[in-house]
Amino acid sequence: MPNEFAVEMKGIAKRFPGIVANDDIHLQVRKGEIHALLGENGAGKTTLMNILFGLYQPDEGEIRIHGQTVKITDPKKAIDLGIGMIHQHFMLVEPYTVLQNIILGAEPRRGVMISYKKALARIGELSDKYGLHVDPHRTIREISVGMQQRVEILKTLYRGADILIFDEPTAVLTPQEIQELMAIMRKLADEGKTIILITHKLKEIMAIADRVTIIRRGRVVDSLPVRDTTAEELAAKMVGRNVSFVIEKKEAQPGETILEIDNLTAFDDRGCQALRGLSLEVRSGEILGIAGVEGNGQRELIEVLTGLRKASSGEIRLRGRAVQNESPRRIAEAKVGYIPEDRQKRGLVLDFCVGENLVLKNYYAPPFCKRGLLRYDEIFGHAAGLIGEYDIRTPDEKTPARALSGGNQQKVIVAREVACEPDLLIATQPTRGLDVGAIEFIHRKLIEQRDKGKAVLLYSLELDEILNLSDRIAVMYEGRIVGILDPRKTNEQEIGLLMSGGHKGEREETA
Amino acid sequence: MAVLQVASDLIQTTIVFATALVFAMLGGLISERSGVVNIALEGMMMVGAFTAAIVTYFLETNAGLGGSAPWIGFVCAIAAGAVFALLHAAASVTFRADQVVSGVALNLLAAGATIYLCKMLLNGAAQTPTLKHVFSKWAVPALSDIPYLGPALFVAYPTSYIAFLLVAVMAFVLYKTPAGLRLRAVGEHPKAADSVAINVYRVRYAAVMISGALAAMGGATIALTTTSNFSHNTISGQGFIALAALIFGKWRPVAGMFAALFFGIASALKSVFQVYGITNYIPVDFIYMFPYILTVLVLAGFVGRAVAPGAVGKPYRKGER
Amino acid sequence: MTGFVKRLFSESTLIPVVSILIGLILGAVIMLAGHYNPFLAYGSLFAKAFGDMYNFGETIRQITPYIFTGLAVAFAFRTGLFNIGAEGQFIMGAVAAACVGVLLDAPWFLHVPLALAASALAGGLWGSIVGYLKAARGVHEVITTIMLNWIALHAANYIVRTALLEKGMARSKYIQESAWLSSPGLSELFDHARIHYGILIALALSVLFYYVLWKTRQGYELRAVGFNPDASEYAGINVKSTFVKAMFISGLFAGVGGACEVMGVFHYQTINAAFPGYGLMGIAVALIGRNTAVGVVLGAVLIGVLTYGASGMKFGAGVSEELIHVVIALVIFFVAAGGMVELLIRRFRKKNRTVH
Repeated sequence: MPNEFAVEMKGIAKRFPGIVANDDIHLQVRKGEIHALLGENGAGKTTLMNILFGLYQPDEGEIRIHGQTVKITDPKKAIDLGIGMIHQHFMLVEPYTVLQNIILGAEPRRGVMISYKKALARIGELSDKYGLHVDPHRTIREISVGMQQRVEILKTLYRGADILIFDEPTAVLTPQEIQELMAIMRKLADEGKTIILITHKLKEIMAIADRVTIIRRGRVVDSLPVRDTTAEELAAKMVGRNVSFVIEKKEAQPGETILEIDNLTAFDDRGCQALRGLSLEVRSGEILGIAGVEGNGQRELIEVLTGLRKASSGEIRLRGRAVQNESPRRIAEAKVGYIPEDRQKRGLVLDFCVGENLVLKNYYAPPFCKRGLLRYDEIFGHAAGLIGEYDIRTPDEKTPARALSGGNQQKVIVAREVACEPDLLIATQPTRGLDVGAIEFIHRKLIEQRDKGKAVLLYSLELDEILNLSDRIAVMYEGRIVGILDPRKTNEQEIGLLMSGGHKGEREETA
Repeated sequence: MAVLQVASDLIQTTIVFATALVFAMLGGLISERSGVVNIALEGMMMVGAFTAAIVTYFLETNAGLGGSAPWIGFVCAIAAGAVFALLHAAASVTFRADQVVSGVALNLLAAGATIYLCKMLLNGAAQTPTLKHVFSKWAVPALSDIPYLGPALFVAYPTSYIAFLLVAVMAFVLYKTPAGLRLRAVGEHPKAADSVAINVYRVRYAAVMISGALAAMGGATIALTTTSNFSHNTISGQGFIALAALIFGKWRPVAGMFAALFFGIASALKSVFQVYGITNYIPVDFIYMFPYILTVLVLAGFVGRAVAPGAVGKPYRKGER
Repeated sequence: MTGFVKRLFSESTLIPVVSILIGLILGAVIMLAGHYNPFLAYGSLFAKAFGDMYNFGETIRQITPYIFTGLAVAFAFRTGLFNIGAEGQFIMGAVAAACVGVLLDAPWFLHVPLALAASALAGGLWGSIVGYLKAARGVHEVITTIMLNWIALHAANYIVRTALLEKGMARSKYIQESAWLSSPGLSELFDHARIHYGILIALALSVLFYYVLWKTRQGYELRAVGFNPDASEYAGINVKSTFVKAMFISGLFAGVGGACEVMGVFHYQTINAAFPGYGLMGIAVALIGRNTAVGVVLGAVLIGVLTYGASGMKFGAGVSEELIHVVIALVIFFVAAGGMVELLIRRFRKKNRTVH
């Protein structure tokens, strides 16, 4: 029986300073199986797979591949053993072509030069065999996210992988692309490949996986066949208590229009047109969710709204007053709050203390600044208040923000923005990378703001979040709003169709 | 035709000055393409110039070697440059130091160490005596007989031919071979390279050491062709001008070569002006300033936001998420 | 008190201290390799620096410009900029002060402030060129500063040659006594050493450094940009103008340093064939001092002692002065490669943390 297992990890332990990432983990995966590793953000599943792929060394425990005990000291060893990893954040060299990325490190040669001809032939073979369509001569910058993922898969197959680890593969895909990926995974498994799927998406596990192992806080909670369980049961095991999927919220009471966007156009960093005449309205007392595949102009829209990018034409009106192309400071002073997508890059100065971060938007005005001098007593007093109100876990207000956990860092940002009493609150990917407790907190805060009569503009790649929180959903495609839907009356398929450019009521065609 | 003669002189002098810049530019190129900023080209050139001069001096005085002395000096300079660069590699790659600071430290170290060793080896003299055996120019048969153009392009020091040959070699290796593909990947996206089992540390160490070897060749060239000795101002800014040439050429070998030639013209003009007595019309200080002003103008005006290799200057931490 | 002691032994102060020790030890090793006596050499160095009142005064004189350039580099570092151009800014400040000192006639209470102001402006403007190029054209400041150093060297020489030249000599005329920062009374205290009031200005500027960075709104913005330009942009800070402002202030520190050398020590400006080297040492000072006001002063003391005492090493033990440059370079190197030193410290403390 043990010989049936392609992968066996026994008693794996891994500790980092201050945290036990993996604690006595056992995992058994049969050959040809699609095995899901379920856990929240920070549960330890990526760490475990990084150990399997040789990126980390376990402190304790044993690994067996196809029955043989092995020590996977680095990715080279893992690749030699037939293990391949399709990373969550693609490991692709942007200026290189698809072909170059696939063969990197294992280039076929003709004499001293690289033989691109041989490479092309081999890629073609693999592409056909597993149904992974790619365009070998385009650079990574030019191709879609779905194709990029196929390149990642081909990278592993090119090196002869028969154990494939997928790390959160569906985070950046449309519903249609997710279907395609599932078909590909099924085909791979049918051809005898072993698949380990790291994910926190229950729907996908129920749809595609054969078995699931649940990890919570670094330990294995359970391991069972998928057909013997339900999504609710899995969710409960993942979090350790019963989780309700639907957020309790009152009926929305939308009021006056706070934000009006009128025929906005703008260009992205590469000079291509990102916004092509986008028009939108957000009213007070409602949450408007923006759904769309990453790369359809959402980032540029948010940047224009917050003053970080210039619009080339069109108008943005806040309470009737035109504010397009004003500086970020003027827009903030016009009562716009912004929770940025990348909290560490845009939202916080990690080396400033919590107190200094909490006044990042208004440090220059009284009471925090008088005649050019900062009043630290006011700053720290203000900070102490917010730390209490938002239950931010920090030793004190003078601790560097770097020391806080992701969830608490996000709380600092939310506290800061909400404390400024904005009329319009823009939240971009507000719960990315957070554990369930923090996610619930952020969601509650957003609904609270909406109930207080604020306008909330929510942009998230998690469709569930959009469906749960929004009062209206606007779908963005190629720089325009292509549809406004009522979350109570629509479903993922309809949204997915609009997200990929189809039209409401049309039958979708496969790419 | 006096103008043609001046032009011919100018081209010849340009090639002489540009040669050292080409070597150093190639050195900077391979290092930065692998992701390691190399501000220490100046120091590596000093090490090369010093080693070449000292070895040649001792060989011609004590070992009685004649024509082969400079060649041996040249080779020793290459080795010295590579070893010196090991310090930068260790600091930048293994200890993840700030690469610019490490570079500045190494420049200071080279400046101090070369003079110190000079004094030690030459009984307190702060510069080497003028070398008797240095490189002399080769004439390419037939081609060098073309009027004006011949002497300009086809009569040059052997080091110049080596330099321009290396540009071609570098371009070939970088764009056509597996080693080049991997090197550039390491500079753009080290994590991606790591994930396909390329040893990022090893590639960077190799690149930085080759970088030192190349820069040292540049320094050796100056000592063995232009100045015929080594002193504290044998290398005065060429390492930085080479860096500017690298950026101007957008980190590509052939374009960088042209950039180096361009900056070489500036230095050549300095020398041509003095020969032709233009110092009577333009103050000497402005002639000295010219290469540096040109560099600033070029960088500000033409280059603007040049796109460096994606991961240049960022230390790589294996296993970091 | 315990907080202070804790900070004293924290890693951020230990790294420079250990680096200095390693640098000195390696210097000793090099001396041994050359059959010199390191104890005699270092002993002569310290004897020269502190041996008598004259030398003590001269040491203070030596330290003074290093405080200025150290502050300049440290200030720029705080904003995320590497100012290798302190050398050029120093020279421009010096020549500006020389111009005011030679060409203007005024009573001392006007002459001195005017000269200082001119030097501050000259240094600041020279620095802001770099900031502007970075802000407007994205040119990396490392190259522009180095090029501007060379341009400053030759430009200053030109100015001296044309406007200020003392006939037949390679320097400017003497600046008028009303612009002098030295006084016979002060010198006499130190046995006629060339100590001057610049040291007081330097200390005052270091207090200003601390104050601006940590107490003002401008300082908050400068530090924010230094840590995270993206978040600063989002906070409404104009990152580009911050670069220019930071380089201006940085250049200002260096420029005033140049003025003090002219007004306090030489009382003229030479035509330089090579760089005096204050800017480069300023980098060492800033790194050793971890970009803090107190650190810079202490670092300047160290570098001043080492460079002044180096000539004592030559007479006392026959070791040539360049060795000190090697030692200082090694110290910078080890501070930069702080990770290495950090490792040593950790192992020494027997803490069981693994570095991932």
